[in-house]
Amino acid sequence: MKKRFTLENLDCANCAAKMEAAIRKIDGVYDATVSFMTQKLTLEADDARFDEIVEQAAAACKKVDRDCVLRR
Amino acid sequence: MRTLTPKQRRNLGRIVLSAVLLAAVHFLPPLWQPFLLYLIPYGLIGWDVLWKALRNIAHGQVFDENFLMALATVGAFFTGEYAEAVFVMLFYQVGELFQDYAVGKSRRSIAALMDIRPEEANLEQPDGSVAVVDPEDVAVGDIIVVKPGERVPLDGVVLEGTSTLDTAALTGESVPRDATVGDSVLSGCINQRGVLRLRVTKPFADSTVSRILDLVENASEKKSRSEQFITRFARYYTPCVVIAAAALFAIPALLLALLPAASLPAFLLGTTWSDWLHRALIFLVISCPCALVISVPLSFFGGIGRASQLGILVKGSNYFEALAHTELAVFDKTGTLTQGTFSVTAVHPAEAAISEDQLLTYAALAEQWSDHPISQSLRAACPAELDTDRVADVEEIAGMGVTAMVDGHRVAVGNSRLMERLSVNALPCELPGTLVHVTVDGFYAGHIVISDRPKADARAAIEALRKAGVQQVVMLTGDTQEVAAAMAAQLGVDQFRAELLPADKVSSLEALLHEVSPRGKLAFVGDGINDAPVLSRADVGIAMGALGADAAIEAADVVLMDDQPSKIAVAISIARKTVTIVHQNIIFALSVKAVVLLLGALGFASMWAAVFADVGVAFLAILNAMRALYMKP
Repeated sequence: MKKRFTLENLDCANCAAKMEAAIRKIDGVYDATVSFMTQKLTLEADDARFDEIVEQAAAACKKVDRDCVLRR
Repeated sequence: MRTLTPKQRRNLGRIVLSAVLLAAVHFLPPLWQPFLLYLIPYGLIGWDVLWKALRNIAHGQVFDENFLMALATVGAFFTGEYAEAVFVMLFYQVGELFQDYAVGKSRRSIAALMDIRPEEANLEQPDGSVAVVDPEDVAVGDIIVVKPGERVPLDGVVLEGTSTLDTAALTGESVPRDATVGDSVLSGCINQRGVLRLRVTKPFADSTVSRILDLVENASEKKSRSEQFITRFARYYTPCVVIAAAALFAIPALLLALLPAASLPAFLLGTTWSDWLHRALIFLVISCPCALVISVPLSFFGGIGRASQLGILVKGSNYFEALAHTELAVFDKTGTLTQGTFSVTAVHPAEAAISEDQLLTYAALAEQWSDHPISQSLRAACPAELDTDRVADVEEIAGMGVTAMVDGHRVAVGNSRLMERLSVNALPCELPGTLVHVTVDGFYAGHIVISDRPKADARAAIEALRKAGVQQVVMLTGDTQEVAAAMAAQLGVDQFRAELLPADKVSSLEALLHEVSPRGKLAFVGDGINDAPVLSRADVGIAMGALGADAAIEAADVVLMDDQPSKIAVAISIARKTVTIVHQNIIFALSVKAVVLLLGALGFASMWAAVFADVGVAFLAILNAMRALYMKP
């Protein structure tokens, strides 16, 4: 499944790159891109565990920048 | 300044206030402990950075920008460089504010360029009244009303009304299109004159306007090689510089402490450990990667926005790079370089007794009830008015042509088989195309050549491509060798491949892919209707005239909303300029950082220079990136 999420308060380009790298490492993620310019995360991941993966992705973003919120 | 967000305005106020305080503390006579005095503006300007640094450390984010700035400035404070510490933090905040502002502004500019999303639809209710609703709530089959001056909210078919539609928002050029009962209209166009009643044919999410917006928004998902390079670079750059900073302090400090003064190496002579600490702090300031990382996607984002404003949709930054390196442009002929419709290109009377106009008029009159494309083109070219009274006894001979009485003469109009059947000797023609022969009263009167015509700007488009740096232009066609050769000569393409079946086009393209240099790219231009496999096989697939052709939008990497081949050169030129801006930014930022690192290590650079290398470079790179938004093709 491929889905798009808005990242609020994503205000550093390098953080976006770090988040992207961190999310790609999550088990079950096929592809992930974080676009700083559009403030969006595009996530392609295992259907069966999608919700759980989104949780992990949100946590990964939080870890890089505490203010960043993944809006579902 | 009105466009600042509340948060940005608060930050601006904070910057101004701390700058004033810094100046006051710096220039007024020292009244009190300078350390404590400088702490006031420092705390004011830097508390959030310090706080974030502490918080992120707790999360294990060591090489975070906030942490680096905090460490550098706190370090400077403890070496007694109070003014410098405050200034560096101040300048860093100025840079952050500017960056935030610039990114927000370019994001808004692009949103404005693409401001074609219809806000509402006039939905006709069962009782005949009209309610204003959100376009998303309109279902397929519903009836909507579009008034003059309004944007068509959903794709539909005209049930009632006639109007002219302005397609500028979709194609970048305001070419009016007529719409009348039975025509399909696309969302995003502006209704210029009459009221139209439409039956909706697509839900909002699949309407042209939504698809276009989606495509542009998602373009930043496909990252360019430059962007991947710079993020990967940043991942190693920051830790490396931080480790270098640690070494730059630790090694000399250790040597100074352990070795007797007499045996010190030359570079340590006359220095103290605090000098080396200061140099190490300079490294920390320069190690922030954000300036680099932001300028690349910002440039591409601007380029994508600018291109879409001109009716060129680029599906990703990576295709920008491919477009910029196009060496070989391959065109499908029909519908791309040519109009894809037939028209009369020559009239050749067989004898002096009959004029060109007369020949054409006879043919058109005889063929006036036929709806064959050839008859249509004859009628379109006919100089005289088509008067039905002049024609009688029309007889259509399937697969051959027609015979009729025109002005009392027995006229036959058709192909060479008809001429054979009538035992008339038809003359051949040196021009390529389809021949329509005409006999009058049993004698051969001449023939009319009908062929596909090149688009008005096709030749100019090919020249423009050469100017834009494309080395070869190749034309592929299913047409005969003669037709292709004539068209190739007329348009000035370098090579052509004729008599190709659809599958042959893919193999021709694959052969051509071997002709480009390792860094060069091949672009294929088609109408996107039946060449999807070829489009996807090319390095860059360009579909043109895609307005309303969903298949083309799907299959191509670059979509031209109108059908002018000259837009391809425009697309390449924009891509080249964008890529140039990106390269300028990368080279500029990297070289400034390298120089300041070197000078810093040798003790020639101050922290002021370091903060310039960080924030100043970001500032200039962002300004340069913003140029992409305003490029002239």
